[in-house]
Amino acid sequence: MAELTFSNLTKRFGGVPALDGINAAIGAGEFVALLGPSGCGKTTLLRLTAGFEQPDEGVIRIGGDTVAGAGRFVPPEVREIGIVFQSYALWPHKSVAGNVSYPLEVRRIPRAERVARVAEALDLTGLRDFADRMPSQLSGGQRQRVALARCLVFEPRAVLLDEPLANLDLALRASMQDVFSMFHRRTGATMLYVTHDQSEALALADRVAVMEEGRIRQFAAPEVLYREPADCFVAGFVGDGAVVPARLTGRSEPGRVLLSVLGQDIWCRSSTNAPSHVSIRPEAITLSDDAPLRARVSSCTYLGGRFRLVLDAEGEALVAFAPQRAAIGETVGVRIRDPWAFRDPAAQTLMADALTHA
Amino acid sequence: MSATSHDNGNSRSLDRLLPLILLPVGLIALGPVVRLLLEGIGFGDGFTTDHLTTILTRDSTRTALMHSLLTAGGGTVLSMLIGAAFAFLVALTDMRGKGALVFCLMIPMMIPPQITALAWMQMTGPSSVLLKTLGIAPPLGSPQPLHSATGIIILLGIQHASLVFLTLRAGLRMIPADLVEAARMSGAGAFRVWAQTVLPLSMPSLIAGGAMAFVTALGNFGIPAMLGIPARYSTLPTLIYQRLVGMGPSVLPEVAVLALLIGTVAIVGVLLSRFMLLRRGFGLVGLSGTPLALSLGRARLPVEITLWAFIFAILALPLFALLATSVIPAYGVPLTFDSATLKAWVDVLFVQPVTRRAYGNSLFLATLAAVILMAISLPLAWLMERRANRLSRTIDALIDLPYALPGVVLSIACILTFLDLPFTDLTLYGTIWIILMAYLARFFVVMLRPIQASLAQLDPAMEEAAASVGAHLGRRLRDIVLPLAAPSAAAGAILVFLTAVNELTVSALLWSSGTETLGVVIYNLEDSGETVMASALAMSIVVLIIVLMGLVQAGAKRFPKGVIPWQS
Repeated sequence: MAELTFSNLTKRFGGVPALDGINAAIGAGEFVALLGPSGCGKTTLLRLTAGFEQPDEGVIRIGGDTVAGAGRFVPPEVREIGIVFQSYALWPHKSVAGNVSYPLEVRRIPRAERVARVAEALDLTGLRDFADRMPSQLSGGQRQRVALARCLVFEPRAVLLDEPLANLDLALRASMQDVFSMFHRRTGATMLYVTHDQSEALALADRVAVMEEGRIRQFAAPEVLYREPADCFVAGFVGDGAVVPARLTGRSEPGRVLLSVLGQDIWCRSSTNAPSHVSIRPEAITLSDDAPLRARVSSCTYLGGRFRLVLDAEGEALVAFAPQRAAIGETVGVRIRDPWAFRDPAAQTLMADALTHA
Repeated sequence: MSATSHDNGNSRSLDRLLPLILLPVGLIALGPVVRLLLEGIGFGDGFTTDHLTTILTRDSTRTALMHSLLTAGGGTVLSMLIGAAFAFLVALTDMRGKGALVFCLMIPMMIPPQITALAWMQMTGPSSVLLKTLGIAPPLGSPQPLHSATGIIILLGIQHASLVFLTLRAGLRMIPADLVEAARMSGAGAFRVWAQTVLPLSMPSLIAGGAMAFVTALGNFGIPAMLGIPARYSTLPTLIYQRLVGMGPSVLPEVAVLALLIGTVAIVGVLLSRFMLLRRGFGLVGLSGTPLALSLGRARLPVEITLWAFIFAILALPLFALLATSVIPAYGVPLTFDSATLKAWVDVLFVQPVTRRAYGNSLFLATLAAVILMAISLPLAWLMERRANRLSRTIDALIDLPYALPGVVLSIACILTFLDLPFTDLTLYGTIWIILMAYLARFFVVMLRPIQASLAQLDPAMEEAAASVGAHLGRRLRDIVLPLAAPSAAAGAILVFLTAVNELTVSALLWSSGTETLGVVIYNLEDSGETVMASALAMSIVVLIIVLMGLVQAGAKRFPKGVIPWQS
């Protein structure tokens, strides 16, 4: 197992940057998810790590070895990195056992050891009874397990997964998530998992790198992303809730700041004393008839066990959970407790612009 | 880390070495054509256009050119009529048994033209064994009706009808079904739909198919040689053949000009069709792929009977006649149960040294060409698909040329190129290797396109997965690309083999004593009056071809779309 380091990594396609100065370090044995909308550069980062593309600038290190950058390029076949493709990329002319044993054949591992290691990998992925099947005779979930077994069998320094659940139905996704978790616990492999589905990323990863337009916006543990988003994009992309601009009141304490939000003065958690926005998760909102902030119900969706309300308060859309149905158009009182306040980098420039034009 | 950089060096060096195969490919495939062009402007004896003008103004040249244009043009019209009728009925209607019908329509294309001519000659004329057996032969002394321009036109038309059929059917499949449905919703009946919607939309493919038929007919040697030479009716390919066979390599500069003339006419024909296509281009928008099935109603059975009767007349009857001639003891003897004998077959297959040698030569050349082309085409196709650069794209675009140009043009080009090997005293002329070189150049594209088609459909992730588990380029090509492209490569190899075994046009000019091919021997046997032996040899080749076509057909489901020419 090895750590992965990206320093100032940049990749352009036809002059357009797909990755723009990526800096990140992934610890040995860590499970990291790359999360972002399509076109954010997460797959490009994965392909650069695997060695299928060459970076324009910057350096990639695997376990201390420079594999790309600084005049060096190590081709994918000698990087010792496993990859699970979205399409699984099983070789259709080889059986399940043939697919899994190929990495060992390439390494000229003696036959007896090969057979033992293939059997072990198939056991671990629950494919013991399918060894002689051809890929075309397997279901989507089984193919995914073969792809996983093929990559774990040669004990790579890191495992890359490219949207591995995108082609599976919902029920199978949940069970495959368990397989990935188990796989990670058992092998302790460094894993880099690309997805656009935040629930997968939050459920599986030790840390999540949220990407947008070729940059990492925030790289943190899932609960940190949810409770303490770094900017408006992360706050809006990860988890449910609202992002609302806030005005400073000038009062602050260590770790807390009093802000004017939707016309109310509210104490917010914050790591800066000059935030520009607050992230209001549904859990931070309680509905109470005597609350001073009034909001109109604009939609009400049943989620099973509770209702999700979208509320219009002072022209902002808030999201709240309620134990019973609310009528659309009804007015309710809203109390906001303990939201997270942050300073959005874009807001800074907006403010600067406003000042120069004033 | 030292192991790492070592492996690294290995795979990179193959990556650098692989593009080097573009060089011999370019030389073999395109070198001769370039050499021929140079000859036209007087390469070797100073740049001059003197012999160009002398030869072009000769009467014999003008006559042959007129004959070529007439027979190729007439044959093309006939091909378009036959091919279009079959294509419209097969692609648009609810006719039954389409697969078998298409397979039978393809057989004339795969059978060598000189065998077609031989078979038809056995069906008509005063000495037809079949007609005599049936007692309806014309009186002795009456002329063989096929020894005429009309005969050449009819046979060219039948031989190349399948080219028009295939192109048109592919075009018809591109017509979105909803266009036809929209026409029907507007109240148009089946005939109106065909005449006012389908026909105009399919014009481009009909024109393209016609252009292909014209170019192929123009270069056809077997049919005008068998039917025209006895009647002193020469076309450009037969004129070149007679000059070169009569006078030897000394007339090379002269026949080079004639070859350039055919090449020019062929290119003008293609350009003309391109120009017509430009003015008729439609952008087709909508869902294609749903096969149309206009109901023929009560006309279905009569239509089916007519088409099968036609196939019977152009395919089965001539082959029956050929078979009949091949089992009589001597030419002129009527065929009865008592007189029937397999002597000619035994002679041809086991006794006669010339025919046995020809079989050996043709099988050797066809096998070797198929194997060499397969070995080169796999990495070449991979290179063109995964590592395209300007050079590989240029070769990709020009590699059709040696196949599209008439065979005599390529033959002359090859003689010019290999008569004196550059920088040596060696010559390939008169050896079997010059035929091999010509086959390699001519059939490259037959091998390359199917492999390209299958590689284009191969998910690059298959190779990336292999790279990520540690397989370097050589192993990836061997373990992943080769097995996955193998079915198409096999189909391509069989096609090369089929075409090469059949081939007469190229080898007619390149053979010498000892290096005869099957095509040459059939022609020579017939030419020297050994019609029975020629028929037996021809019939044995027809059987071989149908068996090979059947093999390809049997594996049809394993090949990607576009690999088998008669299944688009």
